[in-house]
Amino acid sequence: MKTKTSVIPFGPQHPVLPEPLQLKLVMQDERVIEAIPAIGYVHRGLEKLAETKDMNQMIYVVERICGICSFMHALNYCHGIEEMMELQVPDRAKYLRVIWGEMHRTHSHLLWLGLLADSFGFESLFMQAWRARERVMDMMEATAGSRIMISTNIIGGLRRDIPADLQRQVLDMVDEVEREMKEMEQVFLKDYTVKHRLVGVGVLPKDIAYKIGAVGPVGRASGLAQDMRSLNYAAYKELDWETVVENDGDCYARTVVRVREVYQALDLIRQAFAKMPEGDIAVPVKGFPDGEVVTRIEQPRGECLYYLRANGTKNLSRVRVRTPTFANIPPLIHMLPGCQLADVPVIVLSIDPCISCTER
Amino acid sequence: MLYNVTDITIEGVLHSAQDMEIQGYRFVTSSCVDNGETLDIYYHYDKDLVLKQYKLNVAKGITIPSISKVFFCAMLVENEIKDLFGVQFSNLVLDYGGKLLLSDGAPDAPMACGGQIIVIEKGKE
Repeated sequence: MKTKTSVIPFGPQHPVLPEPLQLKLVMQDERVIEAIPAIGYVHRGLEKLAETKDMNQMIYVVERICGICSFMHALNYCHGIEEMMELQVPDRAKYLRVIWGEMHRTHSHLLWLGLLADSFGFESLFMQAWRARERVMDMMEATAGSRIMISTNIIGGLRRDIPADLQRQVLDMVDEVEREMKEMEQVFLKDYTVKHRLVGVGVLPKDIAYKIGAVGPVGRASGLAQDMRSLNYAAYKELDWETVVENDGDCYARTVVRVREVYQALDLIRQAFAKMPEGDIAVPVKGFPDGEVVTRIEQPRGECLYYLRANGTKNLSRVRVRTPTFANIPPLIHMLPGCQLADVPVIVLSIDPCISCTER
Repeated sequence: MLYNVTDITIEGVLHSAQDMEIQGYRFVTSSCVDNGETLDIYYHYDKDLVLKQYKLNVAKGITIPSISKVFFCAMLVENEIKDLFGVQFSNLVLDYGGKLLLSDGAPDAPMACGGQIIVIEKGKE
């Protein structure tokens, strides 16, 4: 008997999606047999602005590519310019970059954990995750003056230091978030209903994950030991950490990776404070860059690549950004066929999609 | 600086992609730069955190073979380059027809040289 197929548009507006993404789901009864992504709802042409904004102004433009990992975009961009200009960033600035970077990773993963809980209707867990996240946001505001767009990166280092009294407050926050995370972990990783929604859902095998370019927690949950922090930018070379890897490749494994990475990020903040030397936080910058560079860092969602081309003037001739969600859309297309319609929101959320990043 | 860059011709695009696949590289992305008369298209590959890049310099208006049959994930970035720079790719596995990022009525190839940024003040035509 010939089975009839139908197409269901999932998104661009959907309760589980914080940002607009559409998937055209080809369905056979309740089962997805194909998924075709459609993006373009929030394309802003930010790369084009490099033509009219000078290299210092572009820091604030790239920060606005994403509302969650803004610091990481500025960091990647500044790395690129610093490499082209052969600037030696002071050691203290390298450690401070780790601290703010890991604070961003912590709040991003807590935000995602809350959204995941919300996606399967676990409202109290959602609120607990976001309550813990608020502590990180408060510390971001205390240390940098803003909760998200902290704008501390400049070419050659940082514009702000974290004084001793605030360091104590940040470390108190780290202890508190870790305590709360341990409570939430019991639910996220051991609760029967949560596991029922995540285990064996949206499986991405390791070989396919590599072949279709999965990055970040999505790739690491499929067994790929791939973390751009291993490139030793900022002060990661001086810190003790290991790439978090899980092997099952399902939504549960992606959750485990992110839970473990919250602990890892908190530990890295502690280590960075313990080892951070005294000294300057920036070097003076003279002249303009010339040449080409590719830099990569590990954002909360995965590998982010910047290609920069400069021509010796104040304006860069090209700023190209490849964000992690852009790389994780092909893996998402692979995860969906075979799943039930009711699992689609959880699977889509499991890649932690950031569409404003993707479209720039 | 940009390391591990190999220049290729248009005939070498598919061959280099197949070579990378055989050697176990991962396709990271492509980057396109408009030089005015020509385009530079970089193909970035990664293996064990080491980047290898192929650079294609090609005159505008020439159709480039898509590598999406070798690396499916290249499909999105090739569609993006098609949208933003007006480059045509042959044998794209999923072709959005220049409408991946741009909507109807959007300017053609807005990232290409000559594309203007128009500032419209709020409340004014």
